[in-house]
Amino acid sequence: MKILFAAAAIFLAGTAFCAQTLTVGSKRFTESYILGEIVAMTAQHAGDAQVLHRPGLGNTGIVYAALKNGEIDVYPEYTGTIEREILKASGPLDLEGLNRELAPLGLAAAVPLGFNNTYALAMQEDRARALGVRTISDLVSHADVVMGLSQEFIARADGWPGLKKAYGLPHDTPRGLDHGLAYAAIAAGQVDVIDAYTTDAKIGRYKLRVLEDDRHFFPTYDAVLLYRADLPRRLPRTWEALSRLRGSLDENRMIALNARAELDGKSFADVAREFLGERQSNVAGNGLLARLFAPDFGRLAFEHVTLVGLSLLAAIAIGMPLGVLAFRVSASRRWVLSAVGVIQTVPSLALFAFLIPLFGKIGSVPALMALFLYALLPIVRNTYTGLSDIAPALRESAIALGLSPAYRLRVVELPLAARAILAGVKTSAVINVGTATIAAFIGAGGFGERIAQGLALNDNSMLLAGAIPAAALALIVDGLFELLDRWLVPAGLRQAKAAD
Amino acid sequence: MIRLDQVTRTLSPRFALGPLSLEFGDGTTSVLIGPSGGGKSTVLRLIAGLVAPDGGRVLFGNDVLAPGNAQALRQRMGYVIQEGGLFPHLTAGENVALVGRYLKRPPGELRARLEDLCEIAAITPSLLARYPAELSGGQRQRVALMRALLLDPNVLLLDEPLGALDPVTRRGLQEELKSIFARVRKTVIMVTHDMAEAAHFAGELILLREGRVLQRGSLDDLVKRPADPYVTEFVSAHRSPLDRART
Repeated sequence: MKILFAAAAIFLAGTAFCAQTLTVGSKRFTESYILGEIVAMTAQHAGDAQVLHRPGLGNTGIVYAALKNGEIDVYPEYTGTIEREILKASGPLDLEGLNRELAPLGLAAAVPLGFNNTYALAMQEDRARALGVRTISDLVSHADVVMGLSQEFIARADGWPGLKKAYGLPHDTPRGLDHGLAYAAIAAGQVDVIDAYTTDAKIGRYKLRVLEDDRHFFPTYDAVLLYRADLPRRLPRTWEALSRLRGSLDENRMIALNARAELDGKSFADVAREFLGERQSNVAGNGLLARLFAPDFGRLAFEHVTLVGLSLLAAIAIGMPLGVLAFRVSASRRWVLSAVGVIQTVPSLALFAFLIPLFGKIGSVPALMALFLYALLPIVRNTYTGLSDIAPALRESAIALGLSPAYRLRVVELPLAARAILAGVKTSAVINVGTATIAAFIGAGGFGERIAQGLALNDNSMLLAGAIPAAALALIVDGLFELLDRWLVPAGLRQAKAAD
Repeated sequence: MIRLDQVTRTLSPRFALGPLSLEFGDGTTSVLIGPSGGGKSTVLRLIAGLVAPDGGRVLFGNDVLAPGNAQALRQRMGYVIQEGGLFPHLTAGENVALVGRYLKRPPGELRARLEDLCEIAAITPSLLARYPAELSGGQRQRVALMRALLLDPNVLLLDEPLGALDPVTRRGLQEELKSIFARVRKTVIMVTHDMAEAAHFAGELILLREGRVLQRGSLDDLVKRPADPYVTEFVSAHRSPLDRART
């Protein structure tokens, strides 16, 4: 007996040890995706935890909420964002100051990666050299350069108005320009100066010079790791490896990495691998096939199937009784059927977004809830119609035999409606396989993750690498239900159908 | 004894049954005949508790049929309809044994009862493994009768039990049913629209039209002492063309 206990204890301790996991998050834009991959690969390499990257979870609010809830352990963030958006601090804070404020939240920020992604002014390299402009102060003596600034930059207090005042710039406030057009305009020489982010991939592509903010007007957006404070204690080896990322990326390096993903169409993982010096890019290349069966395939498939399966089971458990209720209690019929019908009309992304504040978290829980709600209608409706379509003579024969209502339902009515109910469950399953791809937008994982990345990057092959397996899964589910039909629908019903 | 006491039932704006008072003595065989829509089936459905009367009472001995005792009373009746009403997803044997399984009768007892019923209804026991769709029309009706007889009820309610069969099968089964009725000694109430079939089964015919009893009596009474001109019309309409050819 004691031996048994000891064995069990060792086994449990063993599984607890093996079950150490680290979940890395990232936001929905190129730079964050790349940094997330770099962090995840570095941590994986350290080898003391199973590492999971949940890329492109959403905007700051969503990723921060995930970190606070413990759904992720670490993600790349910017000091300025922590200061303004997360802590809503009144004055500027250095890293030490940030950590003082973060400590009560159980969070910490560390490992400045070495670059500052903030607002900047940029000029064409040639033109800047010709005019001798290196810093923003240098612009004061060049009142004739043409400004091409984005609407947002002109409107923000920490944008153009503040900048003009801080440096005493003589230039008039220009009319706003679309940010995407600004690069074309500066390349064509129609404008001389544009506003940009310091690590924008296009800075490299258009050979722009970022003017030094010599009076430190723009807030600092140093890239750091924002993490749960227990991480270094929980996974010391991993943390040591992550700490070595400190100072490893300067602005030019980051611009180059962003350009690799955005302009050369490399996958985020490949860009991260190139940076980390693991020349494995030929293994998981750029081709569709390689992306399709990238190492995350198993995880995504598992997540996708889990989302669909669990929500479907819940919908069967709730939907079938609702269908029976609508059938048996005619007063409830209209309410039940229109309630589940209305849910179906809510656009999926809206439903997902609505459920996030309701549950106070992102990820699987609101996604499962939304998928469950969508799966209800076909199941409820088919259960109801399946039961209603039973020939009155058969229903009355069951009553006339002297069977109780519950027994009639179980032994006669539900089996007779089995085919219709199963068809409803199949419809729900196939719809859910498709809808589950949208769940990735709120961080629930699945093949939608690739679709979200593909959309964020305008990368068609990444998009297809998500859409194709999702479509294949829908076909597989459809086929499985054909088999299930053979197994679940009573043999006598198929005989009866064949005899018709 | 089954008694309908001043029973009324409105089924549609155009059709109302009753007020109807009828008695069916223990062990008698009665046949309800009459034109379609005359209320024959409704009388059976009222007795089986499948429709509730708007007024009046249905009595089993001294018990008044009510929602509270309907399920128990139904177990003392057997009900067979035109197409048999067999559940297509259950085998013939499962159909017959269903109510016994529901009442948790011991399997051995059920098996023995099934064997007896096979003998009574002249069904080869191996047919019980088949699904209703795999049986002939006549076999289905025999199985439906077995199902109705499983609990050895006092009353058999038969709604056009032979209506869907071809004439030859029908003729054969008429003979058999009559001997089965004689053997099991039940109160039988049967609905048919076929005069010859009615005369074959019952000493007593009840002719219903537009929800009322036009006449109750033997075939002889109906032919020789019609209570209404319509009785004569109905009876003569059912004379077979073969009879007419012979005269």
